[in-house]
Parts: sequence; C-alpha cells; structure tokens
Amino acid sequence: MESFSLILAIVVITALAFDFTNGFHDTANAMATTISTGALKPKVAVAMSAVLNLVGAFLSVEVANTISKGLVDESGIRPEVIFAALVGAILWNLLTWLVGLPSSSSHALMGGLIGATIASAGVSAVHGGVLITKVLIPAIAAPLVAGIAGLLSTRLTYRLGRKSDGKAAEKGHRAGQIASAGLVSLAHGTNDAQKTMGVITLALITGGALAPGSNPPTWVIVSAGVAIAIGTYLGGWRIIRTMGKGLTDLQPQQGFAAQTSAATAILASSHLGFSLSTTHVVSGSVMGAGLGRKGGVVRWSTATRMFIAWGLTLPAAALVGAGAEAVTRLGDWGTAAVAVFLVASSAAIWKISRREIVDHTNVNGDTPVDGAEEPAGVVTQAMAAVTPPPASPVTEELTATIPAPAPAPVTPATTPPAPAV
Amino acid sequence: MDIDWAALSSVFGVSLGVSVGLVALFTLGIAGLSRRERAVAQGSGSGALAVTGAYVCFAACAAAVAYGIYLIVA
Repeated sequence: MESFSLILAIVVITALAFDFTNGFHDTANAMATTISTGALKPKVAVAMSAVLNLVGAFLSVEVANTISKGLVDESGIRPEVIFAALVGAILWNLLTWLVGLPSSSSHALMGGLIGATIASAGVSAVHGGVLITKVLIPAIAAPLVAGIAGLLSTRLTYRLGRKSDGKAAEKGHRAGQIASAGLVSLAHGTNDAQKTMGVITLALITGGALAPGSNPPTWVIVSAGVAIAIGTYLGGWRIIRTMGKGLTDLQPQQGFAAQTSAATAILASSHLGFSLSTTHVVSGSVMGAGLGRKGGVVRWSTATRMFIAWGLTLPAAALVGAGAEAVTRLGDWGTAAVAVFLVASSAAIWKISRREIVDHTNVNGDTPVDGAEEPAGVVTQAMAAVTPPPASPVTEELTATIPAPAPAPVTPATTPPAPAV
Repeated sequence: MDIDWAALSSVFGVSLGVSVGLVALFTLGIAGLSRRERAVAQGSGSGALAVTGAYVCFAACAAAVAYGIYLIVA
C-alpha cells in the first residue's frame, strides 16, 4: 500500500505539471492578438487570462467526468500508464514552447495516452476510426472554420468601419478584443483545467483511492485550477510572439475580428459536440484575419512549420509515452528513471531557452529568424541592406595572428647560410 | 468510421454566421460613436441618433457575450 500511494502521488504531481505547461502553452490562444495590437499591456493581459482560467476551472466538472468516466476502461490501466502518457505530453509541450510554435495540448495528452496504452495493451486497444474522427478531422476543420470566419469578419469590419477613426474607434476595438479574449480564457479554463482534473480523478480511481464513477474531489479541482492559472500567468511568451507577430501583422480591427471569430468557433464547437482545439481555432482565425486586410500577408513559412508541428504532436507524444511506459514496466526503479528523465529534460529545455530570452519586455519585438527569410518583409530587407555585415571573429583572429610570424625573418636560423668563401 | 458531417457543418455555419454578425454589429456601433465624435467636433448637432444606434448595437453584443458565458457555465 505504501508504494501504491507513492506512485499515485507521482502521477498527481505530474498531472499538475502537465496542467501548468498547458496554461503556459495556451496563454497565446487567448492573449496573443490582444498583446500584439496593444489592447492590453502584456503583464495585464496574462494576469487577466490567469484569473479567468482559474474561474473557469470552478464552473463545471462535465469535461472532467467524460474523461474519468467511460472514455477508457479503467480496469485495465495502471497509474504508471497515465504517468507515462503525461511524460510524453509534457515533453512535447515544452519542446514546442522552446521553438515557439503553438500546438494543441489536448493532442499531446491524447498522443501520450495512446502511446502508453499501445505499449501497455497492444495496438488493438486503440480504435483507428476514433482517432480519425476525434483528432484528424477536427485538426483540419478547426483552422478552416475559424480562418474563413476570421477572413470574412475582417473584410466586413474594414468595409463597415472605413469611416470610423479617432478615439471612439480605438477604444471600441480595444474593448471588443478584451471581451472576446476574456471569453476564450474562460472557455479554456473550463475545458483544459478539467482535462487535468479528469486525468487525476482517473488515476485516483485506477489506484483504488476513489470509487469508480466519483466526481473529482475538491482538492483536485482547486489544485488543477491553480496550476493552470500559474502557468497562464507566467506566459509562454515565445508562442505569444509567434501567434501575435510571427504569423501575420495585426491591426486592432484584425485582432478584434480574429479573437471574436475564435471565441465564437470555440463556443459553437464545444456546444454542438464537435470539439475543436483552441490552439487550432485561434491560429486559423489569426491567419484568416491576416488575409482579410487589403495588403495583409500570412507568413507561410511560419505557418508551415506550425502545421508540421501539429502533425507531429500526436505521434511524437505517443512515442515518448510508449517508451516511458516500457521503462516503467521494469519496476519501481524504472518509474524513478522516467521521473528523473522528465525532470532532467525539462531542466535542459529551460536551460536552452535562457540563451535567447523572450518575455513580456520583448514579446512584441521582431522575430529575427523569421523576418530574415520572409520575401514579404520589405522593412527587414531594407534593414538588411543598410546594416553592415557583422565583423566576423575569424578576421579578428587573423589580424591577431599576423604579427606572430613577423619576427621570423630576424631569426638567423631561418636565413639561408651564406655561401662559403 | 463515421464522420459527423451534420455536426461539422453546423459548427461551420454557426461560427461563420455568428462571428460575422457580431463583428458587423460591433463595427456599426463603433461607426456610430465616431460619427458622434465628428459631429461634436464640427459643432453640427449632437448626433443623438448615431449614439442611440451605437448603444443598441453594443447591447446586442453584450447579450451575445452573456449567452457565451451561459454556454460555458451550463
């Protein structure tokens, strides 16, 4: 019983860590457009999103119940499988954060669960049809739905509002953006914090600490809400920069149209039972808004990298989840090894991220790597033309070494001997 | 494998209709407010009609947001 509760404690802590990375990763969904158009100061935006995520976590337990009741057959699952799944999901979230690409946290979690389940119970335990209808189709549909809605609303808002200017218009777009971003945050809290609650409850049920079919206990709700709020507040600034500045350049009208379409699509999909990933929806609506303005551009190279990341999310998390599950089966020390591996990799990723810090001070700055490779970036091209090429360290080394051979002719040893008389 | 085309297309239709409608309403509201701003600046009337129209638009948007919160909570 002792070791049993230890593994349960590890699973709960890992689930809360996943919840934290989830909040961290998805701040961008609610706040990227608000921050990049200047409607809210970066710190204020993430604080507001954090509070709304926390509030959202307490609103209902319906999503949590669909995960902990009936989605998987809890009799065949050990807590180690859930642990392995979470390891895969966390590592994928951190990796995509490091390269600044938005990707779906839910897909990462699902991928981890699928991988760990395959490693534990075989390929037959996963239904291919469910995979296509629940994962593949929504991933293609979400950006299309939100993108087209964002495109048309942007067109419309420019057409109807071509006579609006001045203080009133500026204030109006700000208020509209803040309201729709708030709705996205609230919806995110109810959806994603609850996913973690569901996972923790499922772990407690499989570990025998709770009776099957129970609702999540209060401490689970509170800790999941707090974990996602802290993650949101710390803010995945790298992803916010990609979403708000990297995909396209947003004006306040576009930010407002994008965020409103995203909020509508998220609420409509979750209410009509065709669940779409918040990340996919917001990315789509931002790109749609980018295309909707006359002369607006979408940076397709950044978008392509993002689509590739979406495609890799599920298999990559599944692979890590499967590997982790295989190691935990070796016994308690295997589980310990996976835990050490998780902590070490997370620390390594954090360490690498410190090489180029992105935070609330430079979140609206240019992304140098992306800007350089964009044909559309007239400003960056002009800047590149006027900027003198950096003095390379190689030439400095060369100049430093040139004096060295100078004394050579002086040394008599190298001079050819004079012919003897 | 069974793709739920009905749910997919209703999500598509509702998202499209509601977001375009909301954005249109809100933009009209903003247009009304800035018309008042211009009218006051030029001293040509108070633009009362424009302001009333603007507030009707904003009220409709607020109702939509309230319905959104209701959907989240329910």
